Amino acid sequence: MMNLSAVAAMTLLGLSLGLLLGYAARFFKVETNPIVEEIELLLPGTQCGQCGYPGCAAAAVAIANGDAPVTACPPGGRDLAKELAAKLNLVIDLSGVVEKAPTLARVNEQLCIGCARCPKVCPTDAIIGASKQLHAVIRDACTGCGQCVAICPTESLQLYPIETTLRTWQWPKPLIAH
Amino acid sequence: MKLFRFHGGVHPNDHKRLTASKPISLLPIPQRLYLPLQQHIGAPAEPVVNIGETVLKGQLLAHSQGHISAPVHAPTSGTILDIGPLTAPHPSGLPIRTVTLESDGTDQWTPALEEAIRDPLILDPEEISNRVGTAGIVGMGGATFPSAVKLKLSLKRKIHTLIINGGECEPYLTCDDRLMQERPAQIADGIRIILHAVQAERAIIAIENNKPAAIVAMKATCAHLADTQVIVVPAQYPMGSEKHLIQTLLGQEVPAGGLGADIGVLVHNVGTAYAVHRTIRYHIPLISRIVTVSGDAIRNPQNVEVPIGTPLSDVIQHCGGFKTTPARLLMGGPMMGNMINNLNIPVVKGTSGIVALTSQALTQQLPKPCIRCGRCVDSCPCGLVPLEMAAHIRKDNLEKAAELGLVDCVACGCCSYSCPAHIPLVQYFNYAKGALFNRQQTKHRSEETRKLIEQRKSRLAKEEEAKKLAALKRKAEKDAQKKSLKSQADEEVTS
Ligand code: SF4
Ligand code: SF4
Repeated sequence: MMNLSAVAAMTLLGLSLGLLLGYAARFFKVETNPIVEEIELLLPGTQCGQCGYPGCAAAAVAIANGDAPVTACPPGGRDLAKELAAKLNLVIDLSGVVEKAPTLARVNEQLCIGCARCPKVCPTDAIIGASKQLHAVIRDACTGCGQCVAICPTESLQLYPIETTLRTWQWPKPLIAH
Repeated sequence: MKLFRFHGGVHPNDHKRLTASKPISLLPIPQRLYLPLQQHIGAPAEPVVNIGETVLKGQLLAHSQGHISAPVHAPTSGTILDIGPLTAPHPSGLPIRTVTLESDGTDQWTPALEEAIRDPLILDPEEISNRVGTAGIVGMGGATFPSAVKLKLSLKRKIHTLIINGGECEPYLTCDDRLMQERPAQIADGIRIILHAVQAERAIIAIENNKPAAIVAMKATCAHLADTQVIVVPAQYPMGSEKHLIQTLLGQEVPAGGLGADIGVLVHNVGTAYAVHRTIRYHIPLISRIVTVSGDAIRNPQNVEVPIGTPLSDVIQHCGGFKTTPARLLMGGPMMGNMINNLNIPVVKGTSGIVALTSQALTQQLPKPCIRCGRCVDSCPCGLVPLEMAAHIRKDNLEKAAELGLVDCVACGCCSYSCPAHIPLVQYFNYAKGALFNRQQTKHRSEETRKLIEQRKSRLAKEEEAKKLAALKRKAEKDAQKKSLKSQADEEVTS
């Protein structure tokens, strides 16, 4: 008998507290600006920090509030700036935006000492290699954010521009003015 | 047969009389051949020979990789000198992995290829497609899509009509014309074999009315064939475009972004039919092709049967060299061909012509502002509005251009050809298609990146969790140990 009433009391307590919490969550909900979320989805998401903010989420807030320009994200380049401007209904002058040529990190085998620091900082898990082993970058997963370059103690990791091959070559834009 | 017209198109001076009445000559085997491992649409071939190895004519040098790909064979016997990057016969001038073969001068066949097939029509249709695939046959009109893939798809999708494209609407080019004049029986045999391979009911050979000799020859050869018909179509550029040929013959439109197979039609070039005949009857892989060497800068313009991999300089030499220094060199015709500036690049499977023009033949002028005359709109065979699309692309508003139907553009160049302001319209469209493709790739990549980041996050979280658990476990173990030690000690004390 004792047992049963104890169970009932606890259940009741649990239920009412749960309900209370649920309502509280609704009631005190902090309004996140939906545009911030949308902007965050547009950003590359590598948390590379090249914009000067601690990550893409912080950058998204700054861009949405107008604290950072839509051109703040260097890896996103011109295309991203355009998309962001469209989202925020801004008219922007893109002539100043320099398109950064896409790069990839590469390990210089002669310099790598197998310190295993770079795999820890790579936001996309693009570097493989255990400690005391030669490390290597998986091309398809590397975004060229440069986090590994900053941490590499021997300057073995460097960013290199991606070479154009027959598979990636495209016709250039006609240059002649008219 | 009643013909249907398509809207637009242009009638450029065809310059075909330079070569149309001269017989195909045979190029002696050159000293060195350069065989790019990708001469087709799809994945590059992978070499199966090593440097220093001797090979025989027709031997496999590189096998196809993946579903859409084509192998490469040795056009003569000799030694493999090198396998490495060389300048590609491509407008970019970028390097491509290439097999260099030095001829030993004996031109000796591999024994495996000698047995002939008496009756290909008893072969399984699938088997024919397979053999066409292993012979490395690709679309000879210049599209270079692996033919076997098209055959297999057509068999699966059940097509009713095979159209053999003898349109050859590009100015200067006459290689298909000469092939039809000189080897009509072989082409007809190839058509029979393809009909069997795709189990289609009938074949239509479409020839433009500016090739009277070819029409006579093909008609005479096909007169006794109930299922094969020669149809004369008007000379109108781009008649040779698959979509426009189907429209003209059947009055049916291929859906945007679709294939001929969607409406039960398969289109192959006459050169492809000829290559199929040689492969199925005689086991000869695709190791040579007919190339039109023409233009007012060439001393003896003519059609030449060239081993694949021959440097352009050898072919031009064979035609008496240059009469005058050309102002422009083209691989393919002047409407859709690519400008080249290097004579060391080789003839590949898709090289239908080498055209060398003097400055007199060129009407190149600097572009002027658009006068909105609408000629580009009238000439576009795909019903597009080139001036609007180009204006958007100039301002990099690629999405707007895409909305106006950029994907439907077949890059025929009619708009550029007819523009009195000399605006490089088709060049804008080529650029925009590439840029849009790149954009799509980037988008795909950033989606993948996002996934990778999520995966990493969850991995890190799991590791953290595991660490915590391990720590807890260790602590519990330690406690248990302590307890047991303590109880032991207690026991000792009590005892
Ligand atoms: S043909 Fe040339 S000038 Fe005429 S409307 Fe088209 S782009 Fe403009
Ligand atoms: S190149 Fe494209 S836009 Fe120009 S005429 Fe041909 S199909 Fe039309």
